[in-house]
Amino acid sequence: MKRHLTKRNLFILLIAIATGYFYSKDGSITTSVVSTATSFALPLALAAMVGIMCERTGIVNIGIEGTLLTSAFVAFFVSSMTHNILIGLTASVAIGSLLGLLLAVMSVSWKMDQIIAGTIINILATGLTSFLYVQGRTIPATFPEYDIPKLMDIPFFGQVLFMHGPLFYFGLFVILSLYVALFKTTWGLRSRAVGEHPSSADTAGVSVLRLRYINVTIAGAIGGLTGSFLSLELVGSFERGFTAGKGFTALALMIFGRWNPLGALAAAMFFGMTQAYANQLMIDQVVQIPTQFITILPYILTIIVLAISAGKVRAPAAEGQPYEKENA
Amino acid sequence: MSALLEITGLTKQFPGVLANDNISLTVKAGEVVALLGENGAGKSTLVKAVFGLIKPDKGEIKISGNTMHYGDTAGVIAAGVGMVHQHFQLVPVMSVTENIVLGDEPRKAFFINRKAARAQVIALSERYGLQVDPDAIIEDLPVGMQQRVEILKALRKDVKLLILDEPTAVLTPQEIDELLIVIRTLAKSGVGIVLITHKLHEVMAVADRVLVLRGGKAIGFTSPAQSDEAGLAQMMVGRSVVLRVDKTPAKPGKPALEVVGLQVLDDRKLLSVKGVDLVVHHGEILGVAGVEGNGQRELVEAICGMRHRIAGQVHVDGAETKDLHPHAIHAGGISHIPEDREKHGLVSSYSIADNLVLNQFDVEPFAKGWVRNISHVNTNADDVVAKFDIRTPSAQNLASSLSGGNKQKVVVARELSEDLKVLVAAQPTRGVDVGSIEFIHNQLIAARDRGTAVLLVSAELDEILSLSDRVAVMSGGKIVAIVDSKDADRNYIGRLMAGLKE
Repeated sequence: MKRHLTKRNLFILLIAIATGYFYSKDGSITTSVVSTATSFALPLALAAMVGIMCERTGIVNIGIEGTLLTSAFVAFFVSSMTHNILIGLTASVAIGSLLGLLLAVMSVSWKMDQIIAGTIINILATGLTSFLYVQGRTIPATFPEYDIPKLMDIPFFGQVLFMHGPLFYFGLFVILSLYVALFKTTWGLRSRAVGEHPSSADTAGVSVLRLRYINVTIAGAIGGLTGSFLSLELVGSFERGFTAGKGFTALALMIFGRWNPLGALAAAMFFGMTQAYANQLMIDQVVQIPTQFITILPYILTIIVLAISAGKVRAPAAEGQPYEKENA
Repeated sequence: MSALLEITGLTKQFPGVLANDNISLTVKAGEVVALLGENGAGKSTLVKAVFGLIKPDKGEIKISGNTMHYGDTAGVIAAGVGMVHQHFQLVPVMSVTENIVLGDEPRKAFFINRKAARAQVIALSERYGLQVDPDAIIEDLPVGMQQRVEILKALRKDVKLLILDEPTAVLTPQEIDELLIVIRTLAKSGVGIVLITHKLHEVMAVADRVLVLRGGKAIGFTSPAQSDEAGLAQMMVGRSVVLRVDKTPAKPGKPALEVVGLQVLDDRKLLSVKGVDLVVHHGEILGVAGVEGNGQRELVEAICGMRHRIAGQVHVDGAETKDLHPHAIHAGGISHIPEDREKHGLVSSYSIADNLVLNQFDVEPFAKGWVRNISHVNTNADDVVAKFDIRTPSAQNLASSLSGGNKQKVVVARELSEDLKVLVAAQPTRGVDVGSIEFIHNQLIAARDRGTAVLLVSAELDEILSLSDRVAVMSGGKIVAIVDSKDADRNYIGRLMAGLKE
């Protein structure tokens, strides 16, 4: 019981109570705010999964931003050219996997500094998407909202959780599955062992290099999915610098969530809530301060929360170190 | 009966070192073969090659008649080989059960069957009489218990061949005795055993055959029946062994280092030095004997400013050295040969010349104000490299290019370059070749004769006994006895190390 009574969980509880209070005052506005927050939060949480999958096996991935940007770009332009968003989705997942594979080659096989490897991906993404960007293209349609019958009628939760597009549901499924996979399956146990103490895994007959390749590539695919989610479901357009630092925010959420998928989801939810409330403040014009200050509110809160919680979290021990067999 | 393990002509060249030179070895079922050799003789390299963890340049490894290949650790395990590694191969943040089943987990579809895994661990532990708590987290366990987990892990797949790589290094004499009994029992049940060690009495107690390695070469086979400890030592070192280093009696002067009521926490925030009082005089060597993990490391680090002192004082020539950082403590007159030279002794990516002035880079003649005097650093380096016989093409080479023994010489040379009041030497010859050991020992004696107070901490009892003028025994975070080295008796000190009352 004591284990669960952490500062972070208290924090989440506090937000839940506050939301409950607002809901009792004015149900419909609160519901719509939380619903907006959830749509903000999910792509961030999904992007954090990319980081978790990589870092749990010992690879630092700061190229998430680049992966999101490239795959959002590919999703949008392939959909626009083929007039088929499913082809766009497939292409973006493929390009995400390729970028994951690229990171794996650089950091696992070539043993490059992983910060530099990730930076290469980010620079590559910014350059390529800016260069290939064409103005004025459109896509036939975004992924349509699909309201789940019956579940959508549940007060509050119906609108918050069950009135979204297909990629939202799939993303949520990915997050929950990753949690189960990481902590309940043999794959998860082995992945975590590789990220904590690779020579233990190696001597137990688990191939460190293979597992790192697989996980980093799958992480790339999740990054591709996130890119699609952004450009094909949430926004429906693409411009230069489209992802606006979401990949880096995701890294912060990963740390805040202690490399745990559910933790990162909760962290993303917190971030989404602050953003949604900030928006609401602007709409309601309850405070007379320049809007810029309100827009930066979520980021400032994230910095504060990270600063409070960062000291105590422990990253996977082998993170960032290439595995050298002969020193085993 | 065919051999369990058959190694023929194994050769492995590391940069600068021929770790294994054409080594052949066979092990049969039910046999205990000891691999005896000093640190760096190539014992670990040999067994890592068996396990597919190192790629041999030449040679063949067969297990139960089948040839094994580099990288196929899973295949080696499947063939019935288990290994207890010198550096524990355990994931610190995971539980005992998770560590034991890792790599071959009982499962239900994709999921780990935790109940079955736990039951397996309990059954295993009962079968071999090695008690463990299946739910404990590794990093919370004492080292002896961690090793038990390591052994159970190795025994889990009905092993035919069990390799133990220096399993006794961190154990107390009693734990060693228990382990030797386990080894004999396993051999009786038909398991072939390879025991790697450099401790002679363990070999005498448990081995059927002994392969002696020296400098990567197989010196020859012998057995406890055909040889005795002195004979084994001679094969191992290559010359008749002088158990006592040549030295004149000490002429102790005034107290130089005084430690009063020192209390220190370890990395887990547990009290590990529980009130230590020590005095080391000018011109004497005080040896601290003890099984590793009894607070010696924390004691040394607290004296040298690398660890916070929670109580007590340290005086040098009567002046208190406050709880300062290492550079200030050094300025106060304490030099330090750290236990882990890679981590605390050297900056691998700096040149040898720069490493030689790490402790005084900011003072005359190596610097003037904020500006370094590189030419002085270099002439100093050339002098020291020649004087200490550091084997390198140039003092401008990176420290990382040196062998272990030469790295240690760099550290020793630096710490002895000025005559300070106190020298704290922690495991000064660990992982160092024979020639360098002798050299380092002579340097310590020479420093003593120049009037330096030397505090020597070593896990090698022989080293303590041959160098020290007085011996302090540390056990459970306390100094349990201080005896004159003339009166120091191996068995008596061994019992004190184990925490037994006399």
